[in-house]
Amino acid sequence: MSVPALSTRSLCKAFGSLPVARDIAINLPVGARYALIGPNGAGKTTLIDLMTGMLAPNAGQILLGEEDITALGPEERVRRGLARTFQINTLFAGLNALEAVTLAVTERRGVSGEFWRGLGSHGEAIDEAYEILSKLKLSDFCYQTTRELPYGRQRLLEIALALATQPKVLLLDEPAAGVPPEESGEVFEAVAGLSDDLTLLFIEHDMHVVFRFASHIIVLVGGAIFTEGTPAEIAADPGVREVYLGKRKHG
Amino acid sequence: MTPQAYMRAQSRWHPLEIAFWLATLLPFVIFPDYLSLASQIAVAALFALSLDLILGYAGIVSLGHAAFFGTGAYAAGIFSKFVWGEPFSGLIVGAAVAALLGYAMSFIIARFRHLTLIMITLGLGLLLREAANSAGWLTGGADGFQGISIWQILGLFKFDLFGTTQYAYSLSVLFIVFLGARRLIYSPFGLALRGIRENWVRMPAIGASSRTHIRKIYTIAAAIAGTAGAVIAQTTQTVSLEALSFERSADVLVMLVLGGAGRLYGGLIGAAIFMTARDQFSGIAPQYWYFWIGLLLVAVVMVLPNGILGGLSQFYRRWRGK
Repeated sequence: MSVPALSTRSLCKAFGSLPVARDIAINLPVGARYALIGPNGAGKTTLIDLMTGMLAPNAGQILLGEEDITALGPEERVRRGLARTFQINTLFAGLNALEAVTLAVTERRGVSGEFWRGLGSHGEAIDEAYEILSKLKLSDFCYQTTRELPYGRQRLLEIALALATQPKVLLLDEPAAGVPPEESGEVFEAVAGLSDDLTLLFIEHDMHVVFRFASHIIVLVGGAIFTEGTPAEIAADPGVREVYLGKRKHG
Repeated sequence: MTPQAYMRAQSRWHPLEIAFWLATLLPFVIFPDYLSLASQIAVAALFALSLDLILGYAGIVSLGHAAFFGTGAYAAGIFSKFVWGEPFSGLIVGAAVAALLGYAMSFIIARFRHLTLIMITLGLGLLLREAANSAGWLTGGADGFQGISIWQILGLFKFDLFGTTQYAYSLSVLFIVFLGARRLIYSPFGLALRGIRENWVRMPAIGASSRTHIRKIYTIAAAIAGTAGAVIAQTTQTVSLEALSFERSADVLVMLVLGGAGRLYGGLIGAAIFMTARDQFSGIAPQYWYFWIGLLLVAVVMVLPNGILGGLSQFYRRWRGK
């Protein structure tokens, strides 16, 4: 079997005495479209925080391709091709969309420390940013300050910022969170339109969306992997149904 | 408009900017009696510009920025007394020593934010002032540093009593440094600084190392503050402990907030208003002039949260929008 794009090995994390990640082992094959689902408080966002280095695990390993990235800081992981988006908009409110994405592009190109050359002379970076924005249908709004953008477009800008880092693996934390249901399809169409080489893991609560866009589903409950499988398998799994409907018997 | 053209247009000179710089020449003609004050304003503006780069653009708070101003002043003063009095080399020495201190400090600064940062910078300022006070053999302590003798600029212009040379010198230094700062603000680095200010959390998630950026801008800002200090030492030919005082750190913050932080001209306008107000108010009631500054500050931050320039530009946009 080929090397997974991203994998975790017996990843553990506890906040005080509360375990939020228990012995998590995940393998994301290259080009996969994985969904991470589970009830509130299952530790889905925590898992993304661990993978991206925003939280340090108590035990276990994280591998990007063959490289162990467990000890690397978040920005080091991004530079190696592991990007994320945030459930709650984490944008540059006072910059416009073009500036924000250009910023991310110049960081990736390693020219963000250049204080002696004007931005205007980094035309390729600007064009690249514009291209990313066009891909997400944001080009018409790219001179608008981020905080003035409609909410749905802000969600797309989240993705645009992550794409500007040219990731190999992209972790999307509820990309359509807060977007009205009739518009959330738009966000996911944009996600579905991303390159096939890009490995994707997304958290999502809307099961219609999950079944439509995921090729594989991981169910997380209480910080541990409850089960995983194809959408058909998950749909047929009575255990998952119970977890979601809260009928699970204890003890 | 293409995205590239848009970005280039951002950094184009606005007619108002040109008008502003032409206006800085007016004191030579209209207020020849106030050239010393004008020179002090130019120095204060340079100092405020330095604070603007870290506070206004990168969002790094400081309540001890006088540390670099004073360091530059003492370094330039000591250099001119014991090495030689050539002014430009003195400027470079002042800037370099302050930059060195700033670079050393930046490793601490880049790790903290908010209140912690205010306390650290405040503490550093107090610490440095007391160090200068106790090192009387070098700094002259509370009596001030005397015996600075500055050569004629380029062997042609002498620092005289009328202040013409002083103002020409301060203004030239301000303008040249401003050109550099302006370039920086419209560079990818300037954009990254705004990114840090706008969202500290997102920066690592786009692969940016905020700490590296902060160390760099802090060092640059320290060098500029040091330059301002060096100019004051050279033009007044004395350095007092006041150059390192908390009051100076607080004043420059007030100037910047009055004028508008995060705007290239915020510190410049703020310095002009603050220094002129101080000059005028202290003529009326020397002991109470801070009362008026306090009143002005409270009024401005309540009515115009983005400073006087922020308010003006909002007004201008609304007016043009109609």
